[in-house]
Amino acid sequence: MSGEASLDLRLPIGGLFVTLGIMLAGYGLVTGSNTEMYVKSAGININLIWGVVMLITGVIFLALAKRGAARG
Amino acid sequence: MDLVPVTHLTAIDYAVMAVYFVFVLGIGFALRRSTKSSSDFFQSGRSLPPWVTGLAFLSANLGAQEVIGMGASGAKYGIATAHFYWMGAIPAMVFVALFMMPFYYGSRARSVPEYLKLRFDEKTRTLNAISFAVMTVFSSGISMYAMGKLFNLLLGWSFDFSVLVSAVIVLAYVFAGGLTSAIYNEVLQFFMIAFGFAPLVFLGLKNVGGWAGLTARLTEAAATKGLAPGAYTHAWQGMASASTNPLGVEWFGLVMGLGFVLSFGYWCTDFLVVQRAMAADSMIAARRTPLIAAVPKMLFPFLVILPGMIALALTGSDGGIIPAKMAASGAPMLDAAGNVVMDFDLATPMLLIKLFPEGMLGLGLTALLASFMSGMAGNVTAFNTVWTYDIYQSHIRKNAPDEHYLWMGRAATVGGIALSIAAAYVAGAFNNIMEVLQLVFAFVNAPLFATFALGMFWKRATGHGAFWGLASGMSGAMLHHGLTLPNGSAPGIKGGFLGVLHTYPSEMAQTFWTAIVAFSTCVVVSIVISLMTVPRPDAELKGLVYSLTEKPQDQGIPFLQRPATFATGVIAAVIALNLIFR
Repeated sequence: MSGEASLDLRLPIGGLFVTLGIMLAGYGLVTGSNTEMYVKSAGININLIWGVVMLITGVIFLALAKRGAARG
Repeated sequence: MDLVPVTHLTAIDYAVMAVYFVFVLGIGFALRRSTKSSSDFFQSGRSLPPWVTGLAFLSANLGAQEVIGMGASGAKYGIATAHFYWMGAIPAMVFVALFMMPFYYGSRARSVPEYLKLRFDEKTRTLNAISFAVMTVFSSGISMYAMGKLFNLLLGWSFDFSVLVSAVIVLAYVFAGGLTSAIYNEVLQFFMIAFGFAPLVFLGLKNVGGWAGLTARLTEAAATKGLAPGAYTHAWQGMASASTNPLGVEWFGLVMGLGFVLSFGYWCTDFLVVQRAMAADSMIAARRTPLIAAVPKMLFPFLVILPGMIALALTGSDGGIIPAKMAASGAPMLDAAGNVVMDFDLATPMLLIKLFPEGMLGLGLTALLASFMSGMAGNVTAFNTVWTYDIYQSHIRKNAPDEHYLWMGRAATVGGIALSIAAAYVAGAFNNIMEVLQLVFAFVNAPLFATFALGMFWKRATGHGAFWGLASGMSGAMLHHGLTLPNGSAPGIKGGFLGVLHTYPSEMAQTFWTAIVAFSTCVVVSIVISLMTVPRPDAELKGLVYSLTEKPQDQGIPFLQRPATFATGVIAAVIALNLIFR
């Protein structure tokens, strides 16, 4: 049995959320002036808002992973 | 099928999807090197922290039947669907954590069927292993079928393409990293579902004018169906009689059938979920696993049932979000009263398409894809373990070196996925996926909980008693289904194929009562046969039966961190939810 898991799961979760967050928020910034596109979501630029939420979540996961690694 | 797809995706949507799959495959690849023994492959080397096993415990069950089925039931029955969580899953999860995990984890059994072998005998294990293996392949196939059909309808993807590509991705990461890889991806998928559906519910509620607006619209919808005004927004209103609530079940059938027999049968004995807890790194972690899962689980109705209810609120008699069910001729299907039959399975996906602009649409659909695929992966990892340990190792080749079983696990992964694909092509023509699965669970799982409860808490129960109890419980379920029929159905798959002795007000009522009959038959037959056969000596049952096992000592753990304290909090919260939405 090798026992020790070789990969801290918080790393890929953090990495995925940071990547997706940047993509969505960036897309929201670029398309922000396109009011027609956001009629669907009641005029809210949901790409920008949710992209930022996902980015922050991702950063938190990465920070937790880093803290975990520092503790050994 | 040459239907015009409902929508199409743009580059940003495909990019979101692609990024997700890169991470999914990356996890499998990264874990490949640390998967060296059969214990790594099938049990994650019993090394995972409880938050990981807890979220996987929840997520393994979060396949198509959950996300699509619960949305469909939300649109069909309203908030009463939450009974599947607040009456069903949560109490069972607390029970398995406090009372059953000490035996599963403590006995060092590698699978649920193996526990049956240790406690009872080989034939009971084999009966359970074979029925479970068939069920996992079937579930995985249904998941694939539903996905292929849905993405064909929504995006125009070819059925074969969706099924084959998803099968190859699941195969790749399970083959490489075994159970750890499946569990890691289940946790990843949990976060995708939560973050894909939370904004859907937010936008949906904004659209209908908040909870107050939703209640007002659903009160109208209830009136047109001849139900009480609060039928869709109150979980307990009208439960006294089957005719006054949308479920068509009376409270006794609900509490005993769903709350006790079906939910305990599933959450306490189904190896698909229990396997996640068995991968935990310690006994205390294994006991915390279902409790950690229970916290997000009790909030999931807001993520998966609410979208269905919102879709219903936005659908009037002249159409709206939920489309009509199409007959083979291409015309909308009508019920006996001449009303259009709605295709409830499309409630959640259509809401997603209606409310999400490009970008978020990619995220929402990726979350859906993720849930389909981790549902498949969960079944495949449970299947390869049961096949390798409980069928292959115990009947075909007993004393092979460990590398051989690791090899067999990988081969079984390929075989399980191939069988699932076959099942996907065979599956079809069912109205509500959830109800079909409930039916299968009712046959196989309902008697199971009786067997485990007797095995764990009554040391006099014998192997012969367990085996014949289980076999007669399953037959009892089939017999009951064959002799009864839900109101308004024709004899056949819905029941009544042996003649109709009793008619139930709804399919759900029939399913719950099938479970009650199976459970009762199993209890009676197990007890009678156990008393007629020779029990095993006490010494052999240490660690397997409650009265002969040392209780876990929690005195050393701070009060707030004890499983019992945690469990009390979970139960209090779920009672509060029932009261709020009564």
